[in-house]
Amino acid sequence: MDLVVRNGRLVDPARKIDTVANIVIRGGKIQSIGVGAGSALPSNIPVFDATGLIVAPGFFDIHVHLREPGTEEAETIATGGSAAVAGGFTAVAAMPNTKPPNDNPSITYYIISEARRSSPARVFPIGAITKEQKGETLAEIGEMFEAGIVGISDDGKPVMDAQLFRRALEYARMFDMPVIQHCEDLHLSKDGVMHEGIYSTRLGLKGIPGAAEETMVSRDLILAEITGSKYHVAHLSTRRSLENLRKAKSRDLRVTAEVTPHHFALTDSAVADYDTNAKMNPPLRSADDVAAIVEGISDGTIDAIASDHAPHHINLKMLEFDRAPFGITGMETAVGLALTKLQLSITRLIELFSINPQKIMKVAPWGLFEGSDADLTVLDLNRTWTFDVNQSRSRSRNSPFHGWPMKGKAVGTIVGGKLVFQDRA
Amino acid sequence: MSLKLNYQLMKASEVNATLDRMASEILEANNGRPVVLIGIQRRGVPMARRMALRMAKKTQREPQIGTLDINLYRDDLTRVASQPVVQKTEVPPNIDDRDIVLVDDVLYTGRTVRAALDALCDFGRMRTIQLAVFIDRGHRELPIEANFIGKKITTKDSEVVEVKLTEIDGEDAIYVMEKI
Amino acid sequence: MLKRKDLLGTQDLSRDEILEILDTAESFQEVSTRPIKKVPTLRGKTIINLFFEASTRTRTSFEIAGKRLSADVVNISASTSSLSKGETLIDTARTLDAMAADCVVIRHSAAGAPHTLSRLTKASIINGGDGAHEHPTQALLDAYIIRQRKGRLNDLKIAVIGDIAHSRVARSNVHLLTKFGTQVWLCSAPTLMPPGIEKIVCDHGEFLHVTHAMDEAVAQADVIMMLRVQFERMNESFFPSIREYFRYYGLTRERAEYAKSDVIIMHPGPINRGVEIATDVADGPYSVILDQVSAGVAVRMAVLFLLLGG
Repeated sequence: MDLVVRNGRLVDPARKIDTVANIVIRGGKIQSIGVGAGSALPSNIPVFDATGLIVAPGFFDIHVHLREPGTEEAETIATGGSAAVAGGFTAVAAMPNTKPPNDNPSITYYIISEARRSSPARVFPIGAITKEQKGETLAEIGEMFEAGIVGISDDGKPVMDAQLFRRALEYARMFDMPVIQHCEDLHLSKDGVMHEGIYSTRLGLKGIPGAAEETMVSRDLILAEITGSKYHVAHLSTRRSLENLRKAKSRDLRVTAEVTPHHFALTDSAVADYDTNAKMNPPLRSADDVAAIVEGISDGTIDAIASDHAPHHINLKMLEFDRAPFGITGMETAVGLALTKLQLSITRLIELFSINPQKIMKVAPWGLFEGSDADLTVLDLNRTWTFDVNQSRSRSRNSPFHGWPMKGKAVGTIVGGKLVFQDRA
Repeated sequence: MSLKLNYQLMKASEVNATLDRMASEILEANNGRPVVLIGIQRRGVPMARRMALRMAKKTQREPQIGTLDINLYRDDLTRVASQPVVQKTEVPPNIDDRDIVLVDDVLYTGRTVRAALDALCDFGRMRTIQLAVFIDRGHRELPIEANFIGKKITTKDSEVVEVKLTEIDGEDAIYVMEKI
Repeated sequence: MLKRKDLLGTQDLSRDEILEILDTAESFQEVSTRPIKKVPTLRGKTIINLFFEASTRTRTSFEIAGKRLSADVVNISASTSSLSKGETLIDTARTLDAMAADCVVIRHSAAGAPHTLSRLTKASIINGGDGAHEHPTQALLDAYIIRQRKGRLNDLKIAVIGDIAHSRVARSNVHLLTKFGTQVWLCSAPTLMPPGIEKIVCDHGEFLHVTHAMDEAVAQADVIMMLRVQFERMNESFFPSIREYFRYYGLTRERAEYAKSDVIIMHPGPINRGVEIATDVADGPYSVILDQVSAGVAVRMAVLFLLLGG
């Protein structure tokens, strides 16, 4: 695919680039980056005018649920991929809790081939840690690695057995893959449906204490230290988890963490009217936790922002709060929320959405350099817009951000030199 | 809706003289048989109380009294703009086979009395139910007439008869008002 | 007149609304003493008792209240309806609407189920108890009894003792009573005291106190409200045994003596004799447990009338 991206402000913190220039894309790869407006541009190639816009290495959402195979009424690889590029993501990492789960290479192959066929975004599968995600015995991690997984996780569930988790960390080291943990002590969180605090007590809902996450983060950090393996905390949500992570990082452990947009944009007060679109796991936390998360994003303790895009069919979200499933959609609102709610430099934003996610998942890097895959995200920092969930490209509608005004948006998404999404004012 | 004064129908002395006359008429009509006076909330209640005192003076025997709130029996609950406040109903026990006098301030369409009759019937089977009203202003919508009437007057539909009693309103008087 | 479609909890009821309900209930108490205990007020209205949790008392109380007002009352319990066949609350709501129900009294083990139902139906929704959230008519009838016996709702000391964590009755009472400026003491073992309970009242938090010492809660109390203990909590290790529970949180005659001499003892029922309350106390002179039951009918009549009449 050939394309010229003209006159954008190119920002790539990994290559220390911040300049206005043109990008010439040939055959899906970046052929040249011309510094200055005067460089000669090839004719007969389509042009994307990026004047006044930011052009960044393609954003990578390392935590999404595409629901295929198994729950296609909620999402498919095609619709999820379409929602991803509409949110500015050129790539996603798909969690393995499909039906059946991605715990063996045939599912991995299926996801990869279906993504090639139908998804405008690149899809990197994540494999299960344990067979059927039951937390009992290790899945065929090596075979899945050969098939193309970039990490392992039992996301949706934690690995409660410390011995088994230690083995997973040790075994994954053979492939230098991150082990991604959904941190939740299931005894502490038993039957919980929202953050344990004033709101849960007032609403009469069973709480999930912050300690359910924090105790497992602490345990895992110790296991990560003694194994020396790559450990990644999914959707970190509390102050104490963050502080423990900060300490571990100061001792140079190979540990990383992501946060979701809803954990910095909302608090547990959003549950007030039993809105099932405010039900997710980990739950929306207290205002103090949110303040800590925002701080952790700015000071670098947090490595990445990932959406935890978790589509559910409306039939399930229309149930009583106790019975409704956890999770919200998020790929189309993640960048907008980060730009609206966080005061970040553009380079920090790009680190969080692209550079660090690539490092965490140890994928072949892309960016603003000659020869790179031409995967680019184009941002308009000044665009004001309102999220309308009814216009979402996801197959599901479970978002608490419907009607939210935002400032800043991904207005162009280029994957392999192909303009797969654009939203020009 | 607001009201303007058309004219004053009775002043305090006339109000009391009328109540006095009605008390005598009730005694006379019942020929020595004890009656139970039941006032319809709200102004029928002090009316009944006052008549009972007058009757006690005359006969040395105070009649039993009761109060009745007819709101639970209204046929227009779904139509009235603001829901009425339900007041106390206190009917003496064992009023089966007794002679009852219902007391109300104004007889107009007859619907209040209809509701009161329904309400009373839920308390038993009385020997008679009689009706005493201060003002009969006409415009009946149901076949109901009073046995004892303080004063019968001709009114327009646009008029409102306001009976004022000291216990509730701080004065004894009757006014005829006009809706404007 | 209540300017609201539903009664979902006491948290958002104003003092005036509460007093209006209690005053109306006083007027209704008389109806239950008549030879014919029925008035035609809600003739032609349909009230559906939608009970997803077993409850003889509350369901019967609402049923009697509705019938004394001449409404048609239909009982649906989860075991007899299609609910157990996988029908969702939403489908049930739509069905009830299609049948033109005027009012639905819902009891559900999931907190917030009445709120979900309310969003989906035209009918008035009355919360007959939702999970550990609220049970507003219970708190209203408790307030009715307290006002009747003590002459006021302000300036009292009221001890609420037992499984606060799982109690909707406690929450509804806390919201209601603190609005009137009365001192409410919540008392239970720390395992049965939910986090942040002392902050759940938005405006009148200064009236709410928390303790795990029963003697402190009971001392000079005007009202002692005992909560029912659910035996299954023992298996979850909220407390070690019934015996030990009674030792610390059972209401005995000796403990009741720490309260004021005219204390009244309340219980939402059904009581576990010898678990949270000793038999001689439950049947003793201070107990108003049966008055609560009869007040329940009047209060529910008042709520039905104020929501549906007019």
